[in-house]
Amino acid sequence: MIEVITRNQHAAAIVSIKGDVDLYSSPSVRKAIIALTEKKTPTILVDLQNVSYMDSSGVATLVEGLQQTGKYKGHFKLFGLGLAVREVFELSRLDKVFEIYPNEEAAFNSLV
Amino acid sequence: MNSRNPNELNSADRVPPNTVQFHLTSDPKLLKVVRLVVAHLCDLAGFPEAQRHRATLAVDEACANIIRHAYEGATDQPVIITARLIDNGIEVVLRDFGKKADMEKIKSRELDDIRPGGLGVHLMLSAMDEVVFDNTLPEGNQLTLIKYLPPLRSDTHEEIVP
Repeated sequence: MIEVITRNQHAAAIVSIKGDVDLYSSPSVRKAIIALTEKKTPTILVDLQNVSYMDSSGVATLVEGLQQTGKYKGHFKLFGLGLAVREVFELSRLDKVFEIYPNEEAAFNSLV
Repeated sequence: MNSRNPNELNSADRVPPNTVQFHLTSDPKLLKVVRLVVAHLCDLAGFPEAQRHRATLAVDEACANIIRHAYEGATDQPVIITARLIDNGIEVVLRDFGKKADMEKIKSRELDDIRPGGLGVHLMLSAMDEVVFDNTLPEGNQLTLIKYLPPLRSDTHEEIVP
């Protein structure tokens, strides 16, 4: 099971994901992110601190979010990556493409 | 309690030592079960945590490719996974009976091409030491993934001095 919760804070939308993000669950994550990019939400922060596993379908979902936000010059940032999630970003060399922060506070501070 | 006499097993039923073999349907919701089995085998083999994550990811990606490509999303098709401990690591063989893979498409894409999708093969190749694809079987495909234990660090080597 996966849990995806979106909340708004200081003009940013925070998408908190809990569980494994794989071929089965990534459509739920995609739905939440696309709902925000369709509204052209200026800042989207994705909270991955409770994600214990992510495969390429999860990564693809985040790449899509990054690209969609880029089209309207929005911000798309990630925070709280654990070892397994960081591993997949490093293997796909996407750790240099995304803005990644250790926690929510650091992600917010980067907006100032 | 009825217990089956091991002597009554057919040779086809027999599983070699240190081997887990299971049949599953091509349903994405079962991927976590596959990951749990592979992760546990990696623990038994003695892989460090990061290497265990990589091996688990590679097998998960292989299963996802079977579901997406060999079975084109059908969730009721058979997949057989045989995972075993080898002398210095693990070997996982995935067998499907779906559409033959196009060997031209089974290659890692350029990572500079930032786009959603197409990362699975790259992750498999990066995470495992050996990836052998066989589409010459009469039906379906077979993928063999092998990961070896990392060599012992020289600074942890203890020399016994008489």
